[in-house]
Amino acid sequence: MAVYIVKRFFMMIATILIIATLTFFLMHSIPGSPFDEERTTNPTIQANLEKYYKLDQPVAVQYVYYLKSIVTFDFGPSIKKPNETVNSLLARGFPISFELGMITILVAVISGVTLGTFAALRHNGFIDYMAMTFAVVGISVPNFVLATLLIQQVAVTWQLLPPATWSSPLHMILPTLALATGPTAIIARLTRASMLEVLTQDYMKMARAKGLTPFRIVVRHALRNALMPVVTIMGTMLAGILTGTFVIEKIFAIPGMGKYFVESINNRDYPVIMGSTVFYSAFLVFMLFLVDIVYGFLDPRIKLHRKDGDV
Amino acid sequence: MVQKDKSVTIPDEWFKPKGKNSDKIETVVRPSLSYWKDAWRRLRKNKLAISGLIFLIILTLFAIFGPIFSPHTVTQTNLPNQNQAPSAEHWFGTDEMGRDVFTRTWYGARISLFVGVMAALIDFFIGIIYGGISGYKGGRTDTLMMRIIEILYGLPHLLVVILLMVVMGPSLTTIIIALTITGWVGMARIVRGQVLQIKNYEFVTASKSFGAKTPRIIRKNLLPNTMGPIIVQMTLTVPSAIFAEAFLSFLGLGIQAPFASWGVMANDALPVILSGHWWRLFFPAIFISMTMFAFNVLGDGMQDALDPKLRG
Repeated sequence: MAVYIVKRFFMMIATILIIATLTFFLMHSIPGSPFDEERTTNPTIQANLEKYYKLDQPVAVQYVYYLKSIVTFDFGPSIKKPNETVNSLLARGFPISFELGMITILVAVISGVTLGTFAALRHNGFIDYMAMTFAVVGISVPNFVLATLLIQQVAVTWQLLPPATWSSPLHMILPTLALATGPTAIIARLTRASMLEVLTQDYMKMARAKGLTPFRIVVRHALRNALMPVVTIMGTMLAGILTGTFVIEKIFAIPGMGKYFVESINNRDYPVIMGSTVFYSAFLVFMLFLVDIVYGFLDPRIKLHRKDGDV
Repeated sequence: MVQKDKSVTIPDEWFKPKGKNSDKIETVVRPSLSYWKDAWRRLRKNKLAISGLIFLIILTLFAIFGPIFSPHTVTQTNLPNQNQAPSAEHWFGTDEMGRDVFTRTWYGARISLFVGVMAALIDFFIGIIYGGISGYKGGRTDTLMMRIIEILYGLPHLLVVILLMVVMGPSLTTIIIALTITGWVGMARIVRGQVLQIKNYEFVTASKSFGAKTPRIIRKNLLPNTMGPIIVQMTLTVPSAIFAEAFLSFLGLGIQAPFASWGVMANDALPVILSGHWWRLFFPAIFISMTMFAFNVLGDGMQDALDPKLRG
């Protein structure tokens, strides 16, 4: 196990390093300087600006500075927003995005697992068909489409819930709903499939033969084993949810990291794009790492310290 | 005619061999079903998958011929006619520049289908080459190639795509490039898994013993037998590519004005939702959702049809 964790840890570092390097050289391959559009005709001002952002140095030197900034977690100042640094934007925006993401994944896991379990218990019954129809529709409707439809119907036409911002629990309902539907559908399908498999196992017969209550059989014996596939996709699902927050925050005018990120894309604020890409990637890769470790602990059948050579 | 004794006499001709008929016993009466015919027969029973297929065929036809039925062009603006509700003149209404939403919807269909199919095809080619080599060679080559894939798999795809779009500038080509740079990994993994399994079967050994070279074995023995899961993966790649294109367009990184894609149309509709111009959002939204739905149910149906072992 320890060997596996160490190996997995170094792979995580490699992934982060690759994405950091990729980000850096991609951004530097864009022709022109970020200040071209500005009317700073004065060459001294231009030079001073370039010096401030270290753009006058050779690329290799800049790269070293850049790597140092990642290790020390200081992504430097924003180009388009004076008096703001990437760190201050991250500090302001990320907690909100994180909150939205966490609420979403919580809602998705609870409702998805419940839906999938009931569908499997009533295999080929009415609930099963309803749940699976919901699941395919949920996967097919893009989150930004759902978000705009929800605003149009629930907030504008029916005036039930506020259409934007993130100021109270009531405001959180629509964004969470829009973002959680897709993941809920995926989890429901996955839970149902693995639940159907588990229900045919011999230990289910054993549990019934022991005279356990149906609730106990389902929760303790079936669900615990059926949830393994759900744990495995948590990492990639989290990536989907966090990138989903970009559009959701834009639509609902939520002042999270996604909003700043989209803004920085639109006005080509390179330090912010680079900083938030690296930060988000590192966060996601770290989550993937955690999920793998948790999976190893949860499923004792899996021998994580495999021999070299087989994957 | 009175019989002399009560024993039954059996005519000699009864003991004649059946003759010509005997070789018909072994004949197969029904026409033999190939793998693909069998899969098609199973798929045909799946009503949802078939309705998905029919929807996609109709959508393709409309994407090609739809704009012909409309007197308006995709970029033609008509400011006095802005934000008109659906009518006999503009079947799906008009947008804030007075452009016809009906025409723009079919242009959006072209873009979405093109991006989806191209992304799936390119993924397919890179995936079978990479996955095929990795699975067939095995050993150290496989380990190395799989390490690379594992690292790539850990990258957050949509973030990389966004980054690439920022760098390369928004256009249809760059969307497809950005999507395939990250997208081929899943296909390569599936191909490799299949090849690993099949390369040890007897018919591959037989082919080798006849002196077949590696490219021939990959082409003639391995690929045809891995096609099922690959086609399913391709069908499911299409909706995710369509989603990604719409997502990027929605962020302002996709197709640029005055051209239309469903994501762009939904994005443009966002500021006017509050003023009740529902058709601006409704048509692109319903078409993105229905197209993704159709591809998803078709993919699910093909998975059931092509891989009967997996059926629960």
